[in-house]
Amino acid sequence: MIELFRNPNYNFIGKRHLAYLVSGILMVLLLGTLAVHGLRYDIDFTGGTLVQVRFEQPPTVAAIRAGLARIQLGESIIQQFGDDREYIIRLPLTSTTPEELTKRMTAALSQEASLGKFEIRRVEFVGPQVGRDLQLQAIYAVAFGLAGILIYIAWAFKSLKGGVAAIVAVFHDIIICMGALSLTGREFSLPVLAALLTIIGYSVNDTIVAFDRLRENRGKYSQKGKSFAEQLNDAINQTLSRTVLTALTTFLSTAILLFFGGKTLEDFAFVLFIGVITGTYSTIYIAGAIIVDWTRLVENRVARRKKAMAKA
Amino acid sequence: MPRRIWLRVGLVVLVVAISLWYLYPLKSSINLGLDLQGGIHLMLGVEVDKYVASQTERAAEDLKSALERKGVAVKRVAREGLSTIAVDLASASNWNDALTVAAEFGTFEVGQRDEKAGRFTLAMRERQVAQLRDDAVRQAVETIRNRVDQFGVAEPTIARQAENRILIQLPGVQDPERAKALIGKTALLEFKLLDEQTPVEQAVGGRLPETSELLYQRRIDKETKVERRQPYVVQKRTLLTGAELTRAEVQADPNAPGNWQVAIEFTPTGARIFGDLTEQNVGRHLAIILDGNLYSAPRINERIPGGRAVITGQFTVDEARDLAIVLRAGALPAPVAILEERTVGPSLGADSIRQGMIAILGSAAAVFLFMLVYYRISGLIADVALVLNLIILLACMAAFGATLTLPGIAGIALTIGMAVDTNVLIFERIREELRLGKTPRAAIDAGFHRALRTIIDTHLTVMVTAAILYNFGTGPVKGFAVSLFVGLAASLFTAYFFTRLLFDILYMGRRKVQAVSI
Repeated sequence: MIELFRNPNYNFIGKRHLAYLVSGILMVLLLGTLAVHGLRYDIDFTGGTLVQVRFEQPPTVAAIRAGLARIQLGESIIQQFGDDREYIIRLPLTSTTPEELTKRMTAALSQEASLGKFEIRRVEFVGPQVGRDLQLQAIYAVAFGLAGILIYIAWAFKSLKGGVAAIVAVFHDIIICMGALSLTGREFSLPVLAALLTIIGYSVNDTIVAFDRLRENRGKYSQKGKSFAEQLNDAINQTLSRTVLTALTTFLSTAILLFFGGKTLEDFAFVLFIGVITGTYSTIYIAGAIIVDWTRLVENRVARRKKAMAKA
Repeated sequence: MPRRIWLRVGLVVLVVAISLWYLYPLKSSINLGLDLQGGIHLMLGVEVDKYVASQTERAAEDLKSALERKGVAVKRVAREGLSTIAVDLASASNWNDALTVAAEFGTFEVGQRDEKAGRFTLAMRERQVAQLRDDAVRQAVETIRNRVDQFGVAEPTIARQAENRILIQLPGVQDPERAKALIGKTALLEFKLLDEQTPVEQAVGGRLPETSELLYQRRIDKETKVERRQPYVVQKRTLLTGAELTRAEVQADPNAPGNWQVAIEFTPTGARIFGDLTEQNVGRHLAIILDGNLYSAPRINERIPGGRAVITGQFTVDEARDLAIVLRAGALPAPVAILEERTVGPSLGADSIRQGMIAILGSAAAVFLFMLVYYRISGLIADVALVLNLIILLACMAAFGATLTLPGIAGIALTIGMAVDTNVLIFERIREELRLGKTPRAAIDAGFHRALRTIIDTHLTVMVTAAILYNFGTGPVKGFAVSLFVGLAASLFTAYFFTRLLFDILYMGRRKVQAVSI
């Protein structure tokens, strides 16, 4: 029998202050990156036009730019996409209709002799109204997703603390994923949003497994006389092999998606890839740690009040 | 055999049989999204207020003639703003008559009034405005559906979204530009008389009577390919529209070889109007106008009975065919604007399918191997459950007519990862119980039993997020949410119910179980 852990008994909760420090530094750094670099939003959210072109011969960006310069469409972004014959051209919103835009673009690229033959493989146009709607929808989706989870956990575990701790862990994961997007200069698009929401689900999933175990252990003989922190630490240890194994399989899936899923899925898979790592970490160190410190805070206050009462 | 095994086996066999039945034949059972098979996704916005304005204008014209019939002289009856008609009487003496006539226009109510000046306004009732806006979108959906049907697209989606938006998905369309032109054309065909009193030069200079307008005819020179715009002065009043049309057909233009024309035929009512108007205006020029562009303005030589006419204008055969389609399907009640467009060429779609398949097969293979190595026979059971999960997932998508998109494929890949989680949870629990010294059977029982609550909790939370994603997401995100949701629902059945069944068959028989391969 292969076993990753045999009766693990790591003191996770005891090291939570170190985890606070690590997470704190990470948060500051990534929030800083987000503040400085910001997120690059895809046309899904900003509105604009995206054209994916496949050339017969590998072209140079300069040649494409020279071709496009003829029609003066504004600040266009030209990016290689996948292999060296495939390019994506992004144009900001203009008053020109998308039909007109593609027509003029095709004409302009055809005139640039060094480019050779090409095929327009994808055209996406998002108008300003739709872009705004999608932004709103994105915010709603995240907000409602979190609210749904908070309510479910508070109800299933009859513990608001648990719900809040899980949500804080989720925020931690979202910030790390968005910071990673900003750092690598990837774009925030609709599929990336979907990936973020999946990570929310995944991160909470892990937390629930540990909380579930804690709830089950309550009232058991072995737990008598143990502090809440010790009880939670036990629960985390007992579910550790499952947590790590699941993280491994999910990680495998997303890694394959990231490396073999093609350029279109790359950003999506990237967020999942980062999210699985941080989701696993945050379950153990963030959600657990918060709930322990919160409980301790409440207990201390109650104890102090009792003492004060006794003195009086 | 304990625990009604045969009943459970029967259920599993039934589910598998139904799934396979839905999946057969695989090629045609699952709808591929536009991103996989290529095609066009369009979000159109109907400019509903233009429809309200045009209806108000119409009512203003009707009001004007109603007032004149009653002998009320008017200075001006015109639309003001979106849905208000301003009436300016020639004298205040007919004030009461004018109000009586106005009262007959039930969808309007009198707003401001100034009896001394003989002036009042009629405002369209809010309910009517809302109704008109709704009608405009409904009619636009119908018209577009007609056009698309005649154009010939397999399995198009044309659906109203939100208040004044229309979502159109045309899978497999090879020429997006042509399809867009066909859908987006308002196709308002109008017949108007030329204003032959006003010289064109004067009109171009900006001096026009209020009843006339300046329209252009576009002509492309065959040799130089340069577009010329020829101005015409046209009376604003519309005598006849394409609404009175029954047929529209493509013909070769006998006067210009290589060009095509569209022959139209009117309804009996249209034919009567056309006959009358040609009779009354012999010697004048009749302008044929489509969407504000003048196509031709032939001279009326004599009364034209029978209600037939031709639209000429340097059309290629495709252009003429598309024009005939839009004329037959009718005009859009109001112009539409493209708010969002996503066009994917078929070759890109094929690439995406290939990459998506590689990703799915790759992640499935990795997970299969991992489970087999780590949990041995139990791992094999989990792997079989995983295969069953994929079959049910695909069958559900086929049964509900859900669309498989590229993010949907990603959702499946992710489901594979997460479905295994359920089995890992159970297996780890069984191992734990075994370590506590329980017998294999007791350990299996306890493992499944104790893991259930957690499994339900984890599935529900992710399904909640998937449902929210579905509600707030669009296109690609929806596809992802669908496959994630269905995949998780299926995983409750396969990873729990089905694995349990296999365990029961293997270990719960009458023979004594020495060890569990886990």
